[in-house]
Amino acid sequence: MPQLLKVRNLQTQFFARDSIVKAVDGVSFDLNEGETLALVGESGCGKSVTAMSILRLIPNPPGKIVGGEIFFQGRDLLKISEDEVRDIRGNDIAMVFQEPMTSLNPSLTIGRQISEPMEVHKGITLKKGLLRAKDLLGKVNIAAPERRIHDYPHQFSGGMRQRAMIAMGLGCNPKLIIADEPTTALDVTVQAQLLELMKNLTREYGTALILITHNLGVVARYADRVNVMYAGRIVEKGTAHEIYDDPRHPYTIGLLKSVPQLDQDVKTRLVPVRGQPPDLSKVPEGCAFYPRCDFATERCRKESPVLETVSGNHEKACWIDVK
Amino acid sequence: MYAYILRRLLTIIPTLIIASFIVFSLIRLVPGDVIDMMVSQHDIGDAEVTRATLEKAMGLDKPIYIQFGAWLGKIALHGDFGDSLWKGTAVADEILARAPVTFELGLIALTIGLLLALPIGIYSAIRQDTIGDYIGRTVAILGMAIPAFWLGTMIMVYPASWWGWSPSIKLVPFSEDPIGNLKTFLVPGTVLGFALAGVTMRMTRAMMLEVLRQDYIRTAWAKGLKEKVVILRHALKNSLIPVVTLIGLQVPILVGGTIVIEQIFVLPGMGLLMLEAVNQRDYPIIAGVMLFIGLVVLFVNLMVDMSYGWLDPKVRHK
Ligand SMILES: Nc1ncnc2c1ncn2[C@@H]1O[C@H](COP(=O)(O)OP(=O)(O)OP(=O)(O)O)[C@@H](O)[C@H]1O
Ligand SMILES: [Mg+2]
Repeated sequence: MPQLLKVRNLQTQFFARDSIVKAVDGVSFDLNEGETLALVGESGCGKSVTAMSILRLIPNPPGKIVGGEIFFQGRDLLKISEDEVRDIRGNDIAMVFQEPMTSLNPSLTIGRQISEPMEVHKGITLKKGLLRAKDLLGKVNIAAPERRIHDYPHQFSGGMRQRAMIAMGLGCNPKLIIADEPTTALDVTVQAQLLELMKNLTREYGTALILITHNLGVVARYADRVNVMYAGRIVEKGTAHEIYDDPRHPYTIGLLKSVPQLDQDVKTRLVPVRGQPPDLSKVPEGCAFYPRCDFATERCRKESPVLETVSGNHEKACWIDVK
Repeated sequence: MYAYILRRLLTIIPTLIIASFIVFSLIRLVPGDVIDMMVSQHDIGDAEVTRATLEKAMGLDKPIYIQFGAWLGKIALHGDFGDSLWKGTAVADEILARAPVTFELGLIALTIGLLLALPIGIYSAIRQDTIGDYIGRTVAILGMAIPAFWLGTMIMVYPASWWGWSPSIKLVPFSEDPIGNLKTFLVPGTVLGFALAGVTMRMTRAMMLEVLRQDYIRTAWAKGLKEKVVILRHALKNSLIPVVTLIGLQVPILVGGTIVIEQIFVLPGMGLLMLEAVNQRDYPIIAGVMLFIGLVVLFVNLMVDMSYGWLDPKVRHK
């Protein structure tokens, strides 16, 4: 599979009056065409900011991408002009956002909103766009799509809105869809249906997917590869298999213990990772996970670990050899 | 929707009646009534006999509530607003002759106000904290702080004494000379519009900033839309609801403003008619104009309510 996305040492920061929030602090990863990558981590660890940085959607001020490279099909997205990124947004890379209730415009019809990216990028008319919107709504399993395209978001349920968002993302046949916690606000059965739907559709169209979530349990079935993020950095990455069966970072191990897993004995107790995620405006030197880590040593407090190969493409950023 | 409009119209009626009654009584309490005026002007001597005859002839001898009842009854039954006490002409004719001037002034002021407020307010919001934003906000504060009567007077006085130029006050009918007609309204309309623009500009800016923070605006950017489309199609409509409400609330202020501005720029509208009537204690004209203005204001509020349906699909589907 040819490479689609190559992120190198991405650094995105938010500048407040007297502090700098290092939301993304040297993130690197790769993604091949058609592949599904899960980006996992607790709330506030910089997942959304990573995603928004890829499309250069960081609000400035207060935010700014201060360093790194983002190669998409060989082009560095951080070096091209605003017009050129705009051609990529919604066209080659589409985003599905985390709040289905508020991410659709309340005063435009669903059909119009689905048709819009196609009008802009494919130069089709609104009339054609609405026809396509109808097909797309059918594809995401919304009943009576010919009627539904004329509805406004408030006439849709949360799950239906998220389906509409997915339809909107698929319109231009993007190479990559970034789904930022596409299902968090929805109930569990709907979550599973939607993830299944996304998986099938991305497979059908050969679209690569970055699936952002804070639930390691959910992504087991849907992702090829997993990046675990902590405090703005990737602390472990590998295939879904490696991460689930052979986690090497204490944080990954903690996360796995904190979520129910598919093959797990129902009686196993869930243990949340103890402590609080760090304040990204004052991450201590040394390992950011140090204060919460059960294995921490003196070295962890002083020196920040870098990603090291465990085996093949499995990497972890930890001084300790935990098994 | 029609049921709603009907309900609104029905609730308007008692409001109008009460407001009319207040005006109707208050104006008769102003010291120096119409009889005093007539007597002193025609120099007929202040004999009690003439007073009584005049009062009786004009129906002013009866208690206020009887007069009011008669006035209201005639309007309700015959659409007759009564006659001017001085000229004997029908009040309705007087109002209809003057109303177009006031409407044109109000409409031009509102248009100029919005043409100033919306673009500057939007610009201020999307370029928040730039020099342009500061200039925009300063203009808004000036608009709110400078009274229209002061600005109007300055424009009448200073250019005339410095350059011998003053705004045209000769009113030609629109049908004969549209350009000349608009020229006459341009300066007073701008003065009044500027006063309205201040608040509207601030509101537009604030609402726009609020809307630009919303998730669906982020979605719009992520689709690859141009800034123009994001602002005009996705943000503007959603930020207009409070702005429209504000415009509705400004209509009474606008009416008050036209009265002052008409006097400064000598425009023969309802404002001047009203002022003349007050000076002469021409009760039927005062009451008629007030009722007419009340109707217009309530009508505008109804329109504002109805525009919510267009702006907000949630309202439309209720
Ligand atoms: N617009 C912003 N202004 C200031 N700080 C921001 C902004 N957006 C994000 N941040 C900061 O960046 C950090 C990372 O936020 P991000 O939204 O990426 O977290 P996340 O991993 O997506 O969390 P969640 O699971 O809650 O969505 C947070 O500490 C947050 O405070
Ligand atoms: Mg997020």
